[in-house]
Amino acid sequence: MAETTTRELLLRPIFHRNPIALLVLGICSALAVTGKMDTAFVMSVCVTVVVACSSFVISLVRHHIPSSVRIGIQIMVIATMVILVDQILKAFLFDLSKQLSIYVGLIITNCIVMGRAEGFAMNNPPKASFIDGLGNGLGYGFILMTVAFIRELFGSGSLFGIEILKLTSNGGWYVRNGLLLLPASAFFLIALLIWLMRTVDPEQQEND
Amino acid sequence: MKLLEKLFDRAAPHFRPGGRLHRWFPLFEATDSFLLGSGERAATAPHVRDAMDLKRIMISVIVALLPCVIMAIWNTGYQANTALAALGLPCPGGWRGHLLAAVGCNPDSLVSNLCHGALYFVPIYLTSVLVGGLWECIFNLVRGHEMSEAFLVTSLLFALILPPTIPLWQVAIGISFGVIFAKEVFGGVGMNFMNPALAARAFIFFAYPGQMSGDQVWTAVDGVSSATALSTLATGAPGHALSSLNISWWQAFIGTIPGSMGETSTLACLIGAAALLVVGIASWRVMLGMLLGGIGCSLLFYMIGSDVNPMFSVPPHWHLVLGGFAFGLVFMATDPVTAPHTFTGRWIYGVLIGALAILIRVANPGFPEGVMLAILLGNVFAPLLDYFVEQANIKRRMLRHG
Repeated sequence: MAETTTRELLLRPIFHRNPIALLVLGICSALAVTGKMDTAFVMSVCVTVVVACSSFVISLVRHHIPSSVRIGIQIMVIATMVILVDQILKAFLFDLSKQLSIYVGLIITNCIVMGRAEGFAMNNPPKASFIDGLGNGLGYGFILMTVAFIRELFGSGSLFGIEILKLTSNGGWYVRNGLLLLPASAFFLIALLIWLMRTVDPEQQEND
Repeated sequence: MKLLEKLFDRAAPHFRPGGRLHRWFPLFEATDSFLLGSGERAATAPHVRDAMDLKRIMISVIVALLPCVIMAIWNTGYQANTALAALGLPCPGGWRGHLLAAVGCNPDSLVSNLCHGALYFVPIYLTSVLVGGLWECIFNLVRGHEMSEAFLVTSLLFALILPPTIPLWQVAIGISFGVIFAKEVFGGVGMNFMNPALAARAFIFFAYPGQMSGDQVWTAVDGVSSATALSTLATGAPGHALSSLNISWWQAFIGTIPGSMGETSTLACLIGAAALLVVGIASWRVMLGMLLGGIGCSLLFYMIGSDVNPMFSVPPHWHLVLGGFAFGLVFMATDPVTAPHTFTGRWIYGVLIGALAILIRVANPGFPEGVMLAILLGNVFAPLLDYFVEQANIKRRMLRHG
């Protein structure tokens, strides 16, 4: 791990080692907030900030954390970051924070954050940990935005709330696909993305 | 025939391994066995001496479905003609009106009903079979699997459980979803754990509820609202819902009521059931289990009664002839791939589906019909049921012999 370059740390989690598509972590919020592009975007930014910052802080103090209580300390750091992000959202983007409701708070339990802290930040220097967190956040955001793009475009006929396909209910031609408004549809879309990514990059395929 | 046989024999080497057109072998094989029958013989033991192969099973199911198909075509036309007569219109508008001008739109005329119904059923069926077949071809060519007749059954079943007014592009999207997500991603024919036709219907049911439910979709005349019997009952007076229904039990049994095209006639389903049971394709345990589960659950609700929910007061013998209960029981629940394989498992599976279907109908105000969802839930439970039955058997034998 130590020899990997900054560039690799940043870019590898986006496609080749994507936290959602390859590690299948963070599925819960990927289902819940991808109905619209704007919620997905804010959620991606929040998770990226939290993973990057908490990995950085945990890596800074990693030599002082006793191994027996490390999970508790990691959670404390992560929770602090999440509360900070949540408060900032409430202060400046109140409407969006209402729409995201509980899911910002639930970043604490997002396995990606914990996974990077435990799997990378505990053994690597702060700068690398920060970049790694950033990369994983971007990988998470990449999937979220792709799923949200399809769900909002074909489910509501819009992107970021701007009408693209005129719906029949507004006198247009496009009949909305109601299934895409339901969170369960994200399962199909994520599955399709995983299928696509593993076909392009066969190294990701698991052997039975 | 001789000429055709010679032609295929001469073309065959190109499609065998090493030939130029090897990639296209599945298509060649499908055409060959469709036109001439399979010439494959087992060269080594064990030799299974049973004429019942996959091809024959699938064709038998299609034959068993014929009464439902005829009834679907006739009833679609009958409902449309009756609605037109009630409106005082001589013919519908559009291209169907031009074609129908020759036979007219008389609800008393058998020919007119069949023609009018066919103008709705045939396009839906063709869309279903062409799009479904196209996906099947693509996957089989990529994987090098042989084509199977299963997709013919799936597309026919799918066409039969749709309302007549469904737009054709939704049929295409639905069957694509069903074939790809319920069947091909799990490995193709025989590997699916869900019934592809039902999965396809569930997909468009949730994606396009406006074209799959409500009062406007069941009769193929623009703007005519005709609720299905079940949704009429659901809005009836609590305690005596049946008084809100203006059809007799025999009408519901024979199937001259609005509904999804193939599901209205319990009589046609019973003929199909007899055919499937005689040739031994469908499991009688699943059928009987589902019947008993449905009767038991509806009897329970009937005896409990309710002051607010009209569905409680629908007696069991009505539940059996309304909606898709009979069609689901005969053709969907008995699908040999998605049903459990153990005998005990099949009993439990049948009872579970029957009871769940009535439970969703009666207790869930959101869905007037529950057979589709009940069977899909049953499909999901089937492997678990098999597992428990096997484990119980192992335990029992351990006690006896271990």
